[in-house]
Amino acid sequence: MKIVVLVKQVPDSTEIRVDKETGTLIRAGVPSIINPDDLAGVEAALQLKEKNGAHITIISMGPPMAADMLKELYARGVDDCILITDRAFAGADTCATSSTLAAALNKVGYDLIIAGRQAIDGDTAQVGPQTAERLGIPQVTYVDEIIDINDTTVTVKKALEDCEQILEAKLPCVLTTLSGMNEPRYMNCNDIVDSFSKEVKIMTFNDLEIDASKVGLAGSPTKVHHTFTKEVSAETQTFTLPADETAKLIAKTLKEKQLITK
Amino acid sequence: MDFMLTEQQKMMKKLFSEFAEKEVKPLAGEIDEEERFPRETVEKMRTCAMLGIPFPREYGGAGADYLSYILAVEEISKVCGTTGVVLSAHTSLGTTPIYMFGTDEQKKKYLPDLCSGKKLGAFGLTEPNAGTDAAGQQTTAVKDGDDYIINGSKIFITNAGEADVYVIFAMTDKTQGTRGISAFILEKGTPGFTIGKHEKKLGIRGSATSELIFNNVRLSKDQLLGQEGKGFKIAMQTLDGGRIGIAAQALGIAQGAIDEAVAYVKSRKQFGRPIAKFQNTQFQLADMQTKTDAARWMVYSAAMAKETGQPYTYLAAEAKLFAAEVAMEVTTKAIQLLGGYGYTRDYPVERMFRDAKITEIYEGTSEVQRMVISGQMLR
Repeated sequence: MKIVVLVKQVPDSTEIRVDKETGTLIRAGVPSIINPDDLAGVEAALQLKEKNGAHITIISMGPPMAADMLKELYARGVDDCILITDRAFAGADTCATSSTLAAALNKVGYDLIIAGRQAIDGDTAQVGPQTAERLGIPQVTYVDEIIDINDTTVTVKKALEDCEQILEAKLPCVLTTLSGMNEPRYMNCNDIVDSFSKEVKIMTFNDLEIDASKVGLAGSPTKVHHTFTKEVSAETQTFTLPADETAKLIAKTLKEKQLITK
Repeated sequence: MDFMLTEQQKMMKKLFSEFAEKEVKPLAGEIDEEERFPRETVEKMRTCAMLGIPFPREYGGAGADYLSYILAVEEISKVCGTTGVVLSAHTSLGTTPIYMFGTDEQKKKYLPDLCSGKKLGAFGLTEPNAGTDAAGQQTTAVKDGDDYIINGSKIFITNAGEADVYVIFAMTDKTQGTRGISAFILEKGTPGFTIGKHEKKLGIRGSATSELIFNNVRLSKDQLLGQEGKGFKIAMQTLDGGRIGIAAQALGIAQGAIDEAVAYVKSRKQFGRPIAKFQNTQFQLADMQTKTDAARWMVYSAAMAKETGQPYTYLAAEAKLFAAEVAMEVTTKAIQLLGGYGYTRDYPVERMFRDAKITEIYEGTSEVQRMVISGQMLR
C-alpha cells in the first residue's frame, strides 16, 4: 500500500509577523516546526506501516529550507520525502496549493492520502478537502482514529464537536487527521544517522504537468486585504466568595455572556 | 552557542532535548525522592536507540559520533542527573571496554544487546580499599584449568543490580602490581555473583549504587577481556572516555540550574519588580553562564579529540575537573538566587546541587584529574 502524507512546515510562534503589503507571512527569523495535525498524520501512517506494511511518501510544498523538516521525518521512519519548491509556487493560497499538490500526487501515485486537518499558520482546513476534490476521490475530514484498513476500504472515526461518526471510505481517498489522535513518536538515533544518507527529492514547476495560471500568486484568488492583531479589552473584576457562591456567579456570568445555555 | 555542530548533531540534540523535557523531567523529582531506578525511562531510551549511540551499526549501535553521545548525556542531565549517569555508565563504562578491547566473539556476543538497550552495562573497579589507588585491588581471579575463580567485592558500582553485563577487574597475579590486574566480562545471574548493600546517597539518588560480591564465581577464559595482566590499562583507558561523559553530566546539571534560575528571577518580584532587574542577579547569571559555556567548549573539545583519534586523556581530565567544579559553583549560586525556595524540594535546584557534588568524586576525583593533567605537563 502506498500512503502519501501531505505535510507543511509552519512557524513555531504565536507572534507571527505579517508582510503588511502582501498580507503573507514573513518566515525569516521565526523557528519552524512540523504542523501538529500533519505530524499526527505521519504517525498514523507509520502505525499503519507497522501493522500492515506500507510505503510512506511525504510530500511538502514550501521554501528550500523545509528540506530540514523532511530529514526529521526520515528520522522517524518514513520511506520517501518529496519537497515541491519553486519560485513559481510562491504566494499560493489553498486553491493554488491544492492544484499543485494534486499534480504532484498524480505523478507519485497513491492508495491512501493523509493530510493534517489544518495548519496552525492559516487555520483554513481547506487544502486536504480541495486536494481530494481535484483528484476526484472520497474524503473524510477530522479523523480521530483509523480503525481498520484493507486493500479496498478504510474505516475511520470522525470526531465532530458534538458527536463521533464511524465512516467507511473507498480507497483511494483523503483523510485529514487531528493532532490529538495519537502521540507522535520521537526521532530515533539510528534513523537520524540514516536520514543523512537519504535524499529529499525536489520537484519543481517543470516536473509537474500543470498550467502556470493554476499555481503561485497567479492561481490564488484569495486576496488578503488587511491583517491585524485583535486587541483584547477585557475588564478584570475580583470577587472573594465562598466556593458555592463562586460557582453560581461563574454560571450566571457565562449565561449572561451567552457562553452557556443551561 | 552551537559549537559548530553538524546538521546531524543538531538533529540529535533536538531529539535529546525533546526527550529530556517530555520523558525525563517529569520523573526527576519523584525518582530522587523515592530513590527509585528509572527503569521506564531506560525502556523509552531504547525505543529512540539512545543506548548505543557511538557504536557501529554492525554491533547494533546507531553509528553516530562521540559528541552526539555526549550531547545526549548533557541534555538529559539538564533535567535529571540520575538519568544522565545511567546512560553514561552504561555507554562509557559498561559497553565501551567490550567494544575497545573485546575479541570478535565477545563483541558479537555482548554488544548487540548492550547497544540496543536490551541489556544494561556496568563497570566494577572500585573496592573498599582501592579507590583513587585503583592498583590496590584485592579481588582475585585464580586460574583453574581453562577457568578463573573470582573472589572479592566491589563497592559504589553505578547501575549495580540493574545491569545485566559487568566489566570487572581482579588480580590474576598479586606479585605484579598493576600488571597483575585483569579484566573480565561477567553476567548477572552467574552463580556466586550477588549484589550487596544499596548505598543511600546525597545526590543522583535514583541511580543504583551497590556492592558487587563475588563468592567463588567461575568464569571461562572466554570471559577474560583483553590479555591477562592488561586490566589496569583497560580500566584507565575506559575511564579516560568515561570522564567526558561525567563532564557532560556536570555541564548538563549546571545548565539545567541556570535555566531554572533564569525562569525564576523573571517571575519573582521583590521591592516591586522582578529580581531579574537587579544588577546583582544579572551579574550572578552572567558569571554562571560564562563559566558553563567555557565548560561546554572543553567538554565538546575533548569529545571531538576522542572522535578524531587525537590524544584526549588530559583534555578529558581538564573537562571533567572544570565542568564538575563549575556545576558545584553554579548550582550553589542558583540556590542563592532562589533564596529560601531554592533550598526546598519544591524547586529542582536543590536536587541539582546535590547531584552536582558526585561529579567531583566519581570516575576520578578532582584531585585525580589534577594528577592526570600535571602528569602530562611534567613528563
